[in-house]
Amino acid sequence: MIGKYAVRFTALGYLAVILVAPVSIIFWRAFEHGLGPFWAAISNPYAVHALKLTVMVTIVVVPLNTAFGIACGIAIVRHRMPGMGLVNAIVDLPMALSPVVVGLALYLLYGRDGWFGGWLFAHNIRVLFAFPAILLATLFVSLPFVVREVVPVLREIGIDQEEAAATLGSSAFTTFRKITLPSIRWAVAYGVVLTTARALGEFGAVAIVSGGIAGQTQTLTQYVQASYENFDLTGAYAASVVLAGLAITTLFLMTMLRPKEERSGNRDA
Amino acid sequence: MAIETRSVTKRFGDFVALDDVSIKVESDSLTALLGPSGSGKSTLLRVIAGLETPDSGDVFISGKEATAVKPQKRGVGFVFQHYAPFKHMTVRENVAFALKIRRRPKAEIRARVDELLELVQLSGLGGRYPAQLSGGQRQRMALARALAPEPDVLLLDEPFGALDARVRKELRVWLRRLHEETHTTTILVTHDQEEAMEVADEVVLMARGRVEQVGPPRELYEAPANEFVMNFVGPVTRVGDAYVRPHDIEILLSPEGADSEAMVERIVHLGFEVRVELVDTDGEELSVQLTRDAATELELARGDVVWVRTRSSRVFA
Amino acid sequence: MPRARRRALGAPALTSGLALGYLSVIVLIPLAALVAKATDGGWHHFWQVAWNPESRAALELTLALSGMIVVINAFFGTALAWTLVRDDFRGKKLVNSLIDLPFALPTIVAGLTLLALYGPTSGLGINIAYTRAGILAALLFVTLPFVVRTVQPVLIELDKEMEEAAASLGAGRFTIFRRIIFPVFLPALLSGVALAFARAMGEFGAVILIAGNIPFKTEVASLYVFQRINSDDTTGAAALAVLLLAISLAVLLLIGAIRRWATRHDR
Repeated sequence: MIGKYAVRFTALGYLAVILVAPVSIIFWRAFEHGLGPFWAAISNPYAVHALKLTVMVTIVVVPLNTAFGIACGIAIVRHRMPGMGLVNAIVDLPMALSPVVVGLALYLLYGRDGWFGGWLFAHNIRVLFAFPAILLATLFVSLPFVVREVVPVLREIGIDQEEAAATLGSSAFTTFRKITLPSIRWAVAYGVVLTTARALGEFGAVAIVSGGIAGQTQTLTQYVQASYENFDLTGAYAASVVLAGLAITTLFLMTMLRPKEERSGNRDA
Repeated sequence: MAIETRSVTKRFGDFVALDDVSIKVESDSLTALLGPSGSGKSTLLRVIAGLETPDSGDVFISGKEATAVKPQKRGVGFVFQHYAPFKHMTVRENVAFALKIRRRPKAEIRARVDELLELVQLSGLGGRYPAQLSGGQRQRMALARALAPEPDVLLLDEPFGALDARVRKELRVWLRRLHEETHTTTILVTHDQEEAMEVADEVVLMARGRVEQVGPPRELYEAPANEFVMNFVGPVTRVGDAYVRPHDIEILLSPEGADSEAMVERIVHLGFEVRVELVDTDGEELSVQLTRDAATELELARGDVVWVRTRSSRVFA
Repeated sequence: MPRARRRALGAPALTSGLALGYLSVIVLIPLAALVAKATDGGWHHFWQVAWNPESRAALELTLALSGMIVVINAFFGTALAWTLVRDDFRGKKLVNSLIDLPFALPTIVAGLTLLALYGPTSGLGINIAYTRAGILAALLFVTLPFVVRTVQPVLIELDKEMEEAAASLGAGRFTIFRRIIFPVFLPALLSGVALAFARAMGEFGAVILIAGNIPFKTEVASLYVFQRINSDDTTGAAALAVLLLAISLAVLLLIGAIRRWATRHDR
């Protein structure tokens, strides 16, 4: 069937040009001049700090958004209180919104003239151009992922098991801990992987609110841009390799944890 | 001769689904392809429909060679076990599908769909979606859909398998009546021997890819070709080397004219019938079927010692 | 046990309240501040600022490019999904994983590599840096997974028996595609395309390096907003940002409507 080969060739060709070629370049360019320059670039103190900062932000963001994601999922599917329909709609917003819009919104809110900013400045609390702002920006953009994964699973499982636990005398919290949580653990895991990837890779919103001061408020993604603009290509590529390595690890985890139907990519014959 | 297969063989990898199968199906008849799972009956049906291609052998439909003909052009209507409804279309649209793609005039389609919906007793449900129907209703819709293009042959693949017992019985009767009204040559695949016996004019019993016996239901029951057929088609009890139908064993209260002695183990009252389970002097278990009246007359109780006589039996080489 | 039944997962008011509270602090209040700033001088002033030539050009350019990637993704995304579901070849699993790479890779890194490959230092001799083609390549990279991932599950779930039923009723291959496969697949395609559009409208990190940000030529909406902030013109930035926000909301509403329409026969 010629048709099948034509489709395959077209599809894979497109993939190679748009995706594979660019990504392979990172690795090539990073190690183009050998391992030495690469290592020097990586161990540059500003690069190390940027990596530490990015990791620290991620470590705070992921548990917060995971807790929110689970609570929100339960609120939407089980509790069905008024306003949950609105919540369901809003939760998707960070996925469709430009990061610069996010950054600007935070910049306006926490800036000197902002609704919160005024009060914060008066009490000498630094949010904008400091760690808290980076945190808030990253929380915003990585908000939806755990919720989105948990909601359909909760819907599908239904309340039978939870009701059974209740009739057996289990308190609400025990039911949550021993029944609900285990039943959604793979959905949560997948959501956590997506959240982590998004947090590590966030750039646009952070670029606006962090100030990007090298060695202080510069995340690893900002470091890549700064290096490029300072003509330090090796530095830029080296940091990119680290981020790409993290991305590939993420990809691997995603493939392992992906919801069952999509994993093999195949239909039952 | 509506349908004929000649020496059809089909393999899936190492598994032989059909092994040199040759059958003939008469026009206007209702034939059942009966057999246990893995017997090849569904595969044979799909080969006839053109949904599978045989590795060797030929298929003839209405006298013409059809082995290489695509399913679209065979003039067969197919009803699937799980109905295969077009989920995104309403009941009307489902039934009208075959006519719509043949570009029949709208008025004609509307009339025919109305006619069919009435035939299958789904009038008034035309605007619903399959997801909103019950299992039995969906199956009737699937039948109406298959009948719409007036096929020469109607093929049904375990059509009632996914329904509950009562609905199944109702639809069986209904299918027979439908057949009598439309006179379409029909082949029904089933693993339920009661269903085949009740509904079909002719039964093709299959096992492990081969045809074991072909004939009217009564013939399979009374003159089975081998022990498999005898076992599959009705209840069997063994007396020594012979195979006996439980209703062909008499229970006597005295040894005269009897074949052997046995003790009553259990008496089961199944409404009109009574089943008596006995153990004979060799320790073999026997099952005897009596009418309620006959059982009452004998006044049997557990532990009674009685004598049995076989009226007719079969021995297979 | 009516009490146990109603409180199967306790404290509904508390959980919902916390969720709504968190959402407000993180998302809603910042966005409210944005809208407030943009409309500070009244609607008339807002439109004046948003519709100034440079801002308008940026928006129009972004809309045009996003429209283009919609078409391209519809075609290639479907081809990829089809290949992944119905075809079989060595390395298919690897390809399936690769599709997610644009989700996992930081946008700035994507931008850097696209520049390396298609920019002035490229060994291939192509140079589309500082051109609209360059922006297009960046957008195609980041939007690649959307259509593939929304169409794939639909293709997987497509009941083979429905196609066989259609064949037994006389439908040829094209008819089967048109009447059986396509109607089920269209809503998924539209959803995927809508998501890709939203993403393309707002993309920043992948385009910032390759675009060069030349006003009226390669300045997309997100770059304009960024540049306005750096020039301390937060009013100008806020105006266009609010328009982008409105477009994102509209896209989300559209996707919700598509989903409801697609499942209308399941209810």
